[in-house]
Amino acid sequence: MALRDTHVTMAHGGGGRAMRDLIEEVFTSVFQPPGSEDQARLMDEALQQPGARLAFTTDSFVVTPLEFPGGDIGKLAVCGTVNDLAVGGARPLWLSAAFIIEEGCEIALLRRIVASMAAEAALAGVRIVTGDTKVVDRGKGDGVFITTAGVGVIPPGVEIGAQCIRPGNVVLVNGVLGDHGATILAARGDLALSVDLLSDCAGLGHLMQAVLAAAPGLRAARDCTRGGLASALNEMAAEAGVAVELEETLLPLRPEVAGVCELLGLDPLYLANEGRLVLFCPADQAEAAVTAMRALPEGQGACIIGRAHPGTPGRVTLRTAFGGARLVDMLVGEQLPRIC
Amino acid sequence: MGGISIRVRGQVQGVGFRPFIWQLAQEMGLRGRVLNDPEGVLIEVAGARTEAFVAAISARAPKLARVDAVEVSPFSGALPDGFEIAPSRGRGAETRVTPDAATCPDCAAEIRQPGRRHAYPFTNCTQCGPRFSILHALPYDRAQTTMAPFLMCPDCRAEYDTPADRRFHAQPIACPACGPRLWYEAAGQAQPGDPIALAASCLRAGGTLAVKGLGGFHLACDASNPAALALLRARKRRPAKPFALMAREGDLPALALLTEADLALLRDPAAPVVLVPSRGALPEAVAPGMSSLGVMLPYTPLHHLLLDAIAGPLVMTSGNLSGEPQVIGNAEARAKLATFADGFVMHDRDIARRLDDSVERASPPMVLRRARGRVPGTLPLPPGFADAPQVLALGGQMKGAICLLKPGQALLGHHLGDLGDALCADEFTRAIADYTALFDHRPALVAVDAHPGYRATQAGHAMGLPVTEVWHHHAHLAACLAENGWPLKGGRVAGILLDGSGLGPDGTLWGGELLLGDYHGFDRRGGLTPAPLPGGDRAAREPWRNALMRLDQAGHADWADDLFPEAPRDVLRQAAARGINAPLSSSAGRLFDAVAAVLGICPTAQSHEGEAAMRLEALAGLSPNSGALGFAQTGPQIDPAPMWAEMRRQMSQGDPAAQIAWQFHAGLAAAFAGQARALVESGEAKAVVLSGGCFQNALLLGLTLRALQGVTVLIHRTTPANDGGLALGQAVIAAARHIAHAERD
Ligand SMILES: [Fe+3]
Ligand SMILES: [Mg+2]
Ligand SMILES: [Zn+2]
Ligand SMILES: [Zn+2]
Repeated sequence: MALRDTHVTMAHGGGGRAMRDLIEEVFTSVFQPPGSEDQARLMDEALQQPGARLAFTTDSFVVTPLEFPGGDIGKLAVCGTVNDLAVGGARPLWLSAAFIIEEGCEIALLRRIVASMAAEAALAGVRIVTGDTKVVDRGKGDGVFITTAGVGVIPPGVEIGAQCIRPGNVVLVNGVLGDHGATILAARGDLALSVDLLSDCAGLGHLMQAVLAAAPGLRAARDCTRGGLASALNEMAAEAGVAVELEETLLPLRPEVAGVCELLGLDPLYLANEGRLVLFCPADQAEAAVTAMRALPEGQGACIIGRAHPGTPGRVTLRTAFGGARLVDMLVGEQLPRIC
Repeated sequence: MGGISIRVRGQVQGVGFRPFIWQLAQEMGLRGRVLNDPEGVLIEVAGARTEAFVAAISARAPKLARVDAVEVSPFSGALPDGFEIAPSRGRGAETRVTPDAATCPDCAAEIRQPGRRHAYPFTNCTQCGPRFSILHALPYDRAQTTMAPFLMCPDCRAEYDTPADRRFHAQPIACPACGPRLWYEAAGQAQPGDPIALAASCLRAGGTLAVKGLGGFHLACDASNPAALALLRARKRRPAKPFALMAREGDLPALALLTEADLALLRDPAAPVVLVPSRGALPEAVAPGMSSLGVMLPYTPLHHLLLDAIAGPLVMTSGNLSGEPQVIGNAEARAKLATFADGFVMHDRDIARRLDDSVERASPPMVLRRARGRVPGTLPLPPGFADAPQVLALGGQMKGAICLLKPGQALLGHHLGDLGDALCADEFTRAIADYTALFDHRPALVAVDAHPGYRATQAGHAMGLPVTEVWHHHAHLAACLAENGWPLKGGRVAGILLDGSGLGPDGTLWGGELLLGDYHGFDRRGGLTPAPLPGGDRAAREPWRNALMRLDQAGHADWADDLFPEAPRDVLRQAAARGINAPLSSSAGRLFDAVAAVLGICPTAQSHEGEAAMRLEALAGLSPNSGALGFAQTGPQIDPAPMWAEMRRQMSQGDPAAQIAWQFHAGLAAAFAGQARALVESGEAKAVVLSGGCFQNALLLGLTLRALQGVTVLIHRTTPANDGGLALGQAVIAAARHIAHAERD
């Protein structure tokens, strides 16, 4: 054990021995990349199939607090990139991970984050094959920022995307909405909420594979992260040129999350999720998709929530319990009151 | 012999103006002609009594006409031997359409007499009947209205062609032989028998009736039957929002205390819903917690026949799903209102345009909702706006209404509802296309509110035209200036702007402001101390949230704990302290909510917008009227802290809640009036403007006017003080900027 420090110092970013010790002990010993070079050379059977395509994505992760009920920034960084690949129909294979660490960050915390990433990667069937670390002055960061990039392979014949959505397609989600957003809010605000909430943070690669097998007509999928279900649907409806109508009574919501939203005046449709996706599929395959999702832990709450129809292109509405249809807008900056 | 040419400007087309002139000329033995042209009505006339003739034009003009100007010049062209109604001249000659008008006394009498139109529900003449609600396109000819499918019978044709007839060129003229047909439907089937008799028996049995009216469907029930009221409230899921009533004039004195002004407004051809003090003769469920009733007189022959049959007041509430626009089509009504209505009074004259009933007050005069009977009336623009560009202003969010500016005039469109509703948003889109096409308007620029989340603002930015953003309360101020004809260079005024909320330039939500400004700009010179709105828009639905924040702020957290023991106070306090969805706001509307919550007169959540404030006003009306709660002047801010201390003391000694409610109104009025008066007395402001939705509270308006005695005060009379008038302010501000820019170049 060469690394004796308990906290990260500027020396750990200096390029010398301290840095090497940190990288070896905290990162590479856990991730075990295939080579010692700063470059991963990759091969997989999936790549060799005629018609297979590469998928490539990247995301940066910033969250306060770094550890929260149901996850931490490391788990988030793996799941987020895995999910970006998965919803495009790709099988996620390899990740890179770059860390920007604030001086003073506790090394034990770093170790926990890294362990969490490794565990999540194993679960998702991806390998973390390359990475980087930088240290910034105290006050110039928020503990740790992580950027991951991911590469996956889209098998031949898989063709999904918002442009494939057609009026009449059914809208599905894989579980209750807003758990992650509500959890972070409660954890960050230190609010006297007596609720037991866990982030929904989860990798969705296996779930997507199961859906593609059960409902091969799947049209499009998107993960509902920042901006929530509302933002994902607004983007998809606009790209597809269809209208989308959700049924308020069908939206899966944990009573605790509904309660937090009511109290704080938040709309659960806009709360962030980290393990939820929204799917469009032909009506006759919707039940098969639901069944396939429910067979997996990350799809326990799968259900139909609405449909695409030939109304005003790009418009998303919520049919309320009383029969009216409310517009579900794209979020513009922060949600400011509009009642005059 | 030389003649004269007379130019008549104003609302002079489609109101029987040419036959009126024809008859006048016959009476005075003049020869010449009358015709419509793009500027209004043109008369070329010669004869002995032309002076008397000119004088009679304004003095004896038809009731629906509004004569803005009569300009006389010499005329030396050729004239016919007699007097004729000549063909219209010029492109776009008939560019005006008047608002829909209530059945005139002649037609009301005619349907009750034996004759061709006895009991005919679509009787009308040039002095009454549908106009804007049946219009597809201009010029206003039968072929361009929903009367097009009905071919005039020879009898109607003869009336239509006779200048001396009151139906001369009455486009919607009809009779049982040729006009629209009425029927009654129940259980999805047209029922044999007299539709009015069937409808009346449905009402008498306590049922809910869907009635196709002028601008949309109403849901009606017997207003004196508590069970019928309860049924309608349950069906509409509308627990407490007051219902509008329709009653015959003879039945009104028993229901309400009416002044002459009330009666005059009720009898206006616009036939608005008028808010009048209730005598309490009807069940509480008509308007729970309110001391006033909203009543209107029957304004179509169908209404007259229905009310004659039932011989008592009816609830007439708009036929719609909660939050959606009123239903106008027969098929739509069957689909959407089937769960509400036991029977349908249907007819086959289509409604071209959805128009809600206008809602008004006679004294002080105010328009709460501007729609049927008032649109598409235009407003003359104040001096200085002669070169105004064609502006399209898109209004606010919760009370959509657009405004079109043309040289010299503004057209404020009808109430469109909450643009957060999908169908209302469609109405909004349609209204833009509709009004710009109808009025041959080619917008050069678009004016919008500065709030990025307003649907109208987003739509404005997507139009591909130059956009002017206008701050919410500046628009309120300018709307009131424009309505009052305040000249473009009339100088600055002190605006007391009290409403729910609107985005201010500092990024907080304004709503209790004292602005010093004009059409061009403004400075914030005072206003309420801000407080958090915990839960954002939810604070507007739950009055107690505002009470909690205001009491905490004033150092009465312990009192808040006592008043709201069950409420999740800690979480909201933390959310407010940490800035989690708790934006700061100086809203006066939310202060009303807070006071209502402290007095315990509003349930935990408001069942409809403005309920708490309306209940507070109603409660205050019961008090003997003296004293005022004190507000502190802290720098430029009006701080309610002392008011809470005084209220706490009064409540603890058991003073009546009505008195406290009254003193709150008086205190708020005095605080703002004091600030505004100071600006006038220092010479910085030339007058005071009162605008914003809170000034639809008649007590607050009256008390503020009283506190400003001796000062020139401008108030809203014909345009709404709330966001329904916002577009007018946006339009004139955009025009002012444009004109200033052009002058600089
Ligand atoms: Fe406003
Ligand atoms: Mg990404
Ligand atoms: Zn008439
Ligand atoms: Zn006829």
